[in-house]
Amino acid sequence: MSYATAAHDHHDLPSGWRRYVYSTNHKDIGTMYLWFAIISGLIGGFLSVMMRIELAEPGIQIFTGLAQMAYGTPADAALDQGKHMYNVFVTGHGLLMIFFMVMPAMIGGFGNWFVPLMIGAPDMAFPRMNNVSFWLLPPALGLLLISMFSEGPAGAFGAGGGWTLYPPLSTTGQPGPAMDYAILSIHLAGASSILGAINFITTIFNMRAPGMTLHKMPLFVWSILVTVFLLLLSLPVLAGGITMLLTDRNFGTSFFVASKGGDPILFQHLFWFFGHPEVYILILPGFGIVSQIVSTFSKKPIFGYLGMAYAMVAIGVVGFVVWAHHMYTVGMDADTQAYFVAATMIIAVPTGVKIFSWIATMWGGSIEFKVPMLWALGFIFLFTIGGVTGVVLSNAGVDRSLHDTYYVVAHFHYVLSLGAVFAIFGAWYYWFPKFTGYMYNETIGKVHFWVTFIGVNLLFFPQHFLGLAGMPRRYIDYPAVFAGWNHVSSYGSYMSAFGVLIFLYGVFSAYAKKQQAADNPWGEGATTLEWTLSSPPPFHQFNTLPVIK
Amino acid sequence: MKIANGLAGTIAGMFVLFASVTAWAAAGQPEPWQITLQDPVTPVAEFIGWLHNFLLVIITAITLFVLGLMLYIFVRFNAKANPVPSKTTHNTFIEVAWTVIPMLILVAIAVPSLRLLYLQRDIPVADMTVKVIGNPSWNWTYEYPDLGINDDGSAKVSFTSYLKTKEDAAKDNVPYLLATDVPVVVPVNKIVKLIITSDPEGIIHAWTIPSFGMKIDAIPGRLNEDWFKATKEGVYYGQCSELCGKDHAFMPIEVHVVSEADFAAWAEKIKTASAEEARDYLFAMLRAKGQLAQN
Repeated sequence: MSYATAAHDHHDLPSGWRRYVYSTNHKDIGTMYLWFAIISGLIGGFLSVMMRIELAEPGIQIFTGLAQMAYGTPADAALDQGKHMYNVFVTGHGLLMIFFMVMPAMIGGFGNWFVPLMIGAPDMAFPRMNNVSFWLLPPALGLLLISMFSEGPAGAFGAGGGWTLYPPLSTTGQPGPAMDYAILSIHLAGASSILGAINFITTIFNMRAPGMTLHKMPLFVWSILVTVFLLLLSLPVLAGGITMLLTDRNFGTSFFVASKGGDPILFQHLFWFFGHPEVYILILPGFGIVSQIVSTFSKKPIFGYLGMAYAMVAIGVVGFVVWAHHMYTVGMDADTQAYFVAATMIIAVPTGVKIFSWIATMWGGSIEFKVPMLWALGFIFLFTIGGVTGVVLSNAGVDRSLHDTYYVVAHFHYVLSLGAVFAIFGAWYYWFPKFTGYMYNETIGKVHFWVTFIGVNLLFFPQHFLGLAGMPRRYIDYPAVFAGWNHVSSYGSYMSAFGVLIFLYGVFSAYAKKQQAADNPWGEGATTLEWTLSSPPPFHQFNTLPVIK
Repeated sequence: MKIANGLAGTIAGMFVLFASVTAWAAAGQPEPWQITLQDPVTPVAEFIGWLHNFLLVIITAITLFVLGLMLYIFVRFNAKANPVPSKTTHNTFIEVAWTVIPMLILVAIAVPSLRLLYLQRDIPVADMTVKVIGNPSWNWTYEYPDLGINDDGSAKVSFTSYLKTKEDAAKDNVPYLLATDVPVVVPVNKIVKLIITSDPEGIIHAWTIPSFGMKIDAIPGRLNEDWFKATKEGVYYGQCSELCGKDHAFMPIEVHVVSEADFAAWAEKIKTASAEEARDYLFAMLRAKGQLAQN
């Protein structure tokens, strides 16, 4: 016993760049993921604000100028480059927010930090692989940024195929290297996620503290477990699909070339077989986070714990068999569409169980409206709105009118921008005292919440109207009749961007004031293991494993 | 400079907006501040409108129910009002209820939803056929095989429809980005079957008319089919609905639904004349009857 302890105590604390570049410590790696996510989020957010400035008025306002500034395009070619650049921004915004902001924040960041702490483990199962998982991401981000400045279609810069990368637009439509860079970027990010998924599965199955049975695990750990299984099973399909894109582009294969016996729609099936689980990958950790926060600030255990855990499992399983509801307009026959309608609708049931269980958890509670709780409550309400519009879209018949319109944009931003991102901010404030050791400023946090809440609703709610009226998505210019709601939406975007500045100021002020946080700042409601440790936790924790009764 | 451009754009936009309201307030295109689907003019679009409204009632009720519960909880169970939390974590009845009731609601949705789906995708016997081809140069080619076939199998009547420029749209008092130079012409109350594809070396586009309640992808190497039966004469607009490159926003669709007699006259004309001449011939007829605004 003393020998083992002594061996552990002799671990030196690496300092400087070695501490991070060589890191095998789940907390340091988690911290790097979080900063990485913030940086990517700022770039992705910048792209979206540029798009909203462009769309504030009918006509093309800024993208001709941007093309001249960014690429030095001569004035006579700037209009065409500008139109393509808008598509590049659409693509970049989607890929950045999905692969480089939400996933690193939720899985790499909060998952790395708190899964080992919550199950009473000293670290992740494969610490060195954890290092590789993180360090694959900066090169992936680099490739995506390089792609924005490489040739895409003849004479224009950047990959503008949308995050869905449908061929032939992503093959013969854009022969330049920009698309190859973007594909390789996704390959690297995917490899990073697969390694991370293996690590989490092994950690959660093998490194739980004595007495921490699967049915006693905190729901956040459950959510990560389901998420990483989705990653492990879906990402190889994406990797296969985009590798086929690469060989179609560069080596003369014709998987997706209709004139040579291939089929462009095959790619859509492969992509969405990954893509639909992917959207649950983005939201499931949010479910876990919201469960922890709601339980903590209601000072009540989760209502219907097993139902909550298995609702996530059900969402994960059914999420694999609904992919073609993204493809109702490709010309599938009625029976195929009917199946996907039915399967998709079923997902509303476990999702409803989750919403109602959160409400039941609060029922009878003694609720404190601290900043993390505000974000969690915002999540529950806004996710409900995004969820019910999802039920509308699940009907192939109605989707005929709404497919590829702003209604869809509004729907998935309600579940992701107002769902996943609200969960991330909730988690940030909830665990900020734990992972930094500093208390954030409650007032700044509340202002951040309210500005964001109003901003994103102003931004996305009118987009339902635009979609119903028929405005297609991914349009740089639109008929003048759509000007009104677009104008409102753009103001919402500026307000949300201002919210991000408040967030950054709040982080800055917390680090500047260095107000020491208590080990458990949330009181009796915070019952998970991370609150039994110091704030911040020691470099290595649980040298003696905790025993859960 | 940029501000001046923006200002000019705004003024031009407002002008177009105003003009479009006054001249084209009929169905077939969106209106400023519209918050609903466009007015339906086919049985399918009417069904979509009905189902959407039915769904809207349900989802609004659910959202308000959740909001109401949350507000009640905020008042009743905040730390001041309820200092001692309960420890309840299970209630079998309510857990079964919130699983079964949503299922019943979904069944109630699925029945009309599937009826609509089969109405859309079981293509009825058509009165006429129009072939639509999405071009890589961001415009649409239309063929009317019913009006005669050449020896090589191509349709005798075939024309390509381009975006009407901003200047021409302003001159003709039609909405920019919706109007085309040569419209598609179809007869009213006839089942029109569409055969839709894209240039074999091209990219995917999607053809839609919101008022018809239809949208179908134009895919290289595939022949998709869809149908509509427009029950009201008028001008109907749509826009490409699948990302297709830099001019995705600039390949609109314009369909004129006219009486059977007018369609027959146009069809006779276009067999021997150019698409532009047939268009002018048709427009002159419609203007004479007051069915098309003067430009």
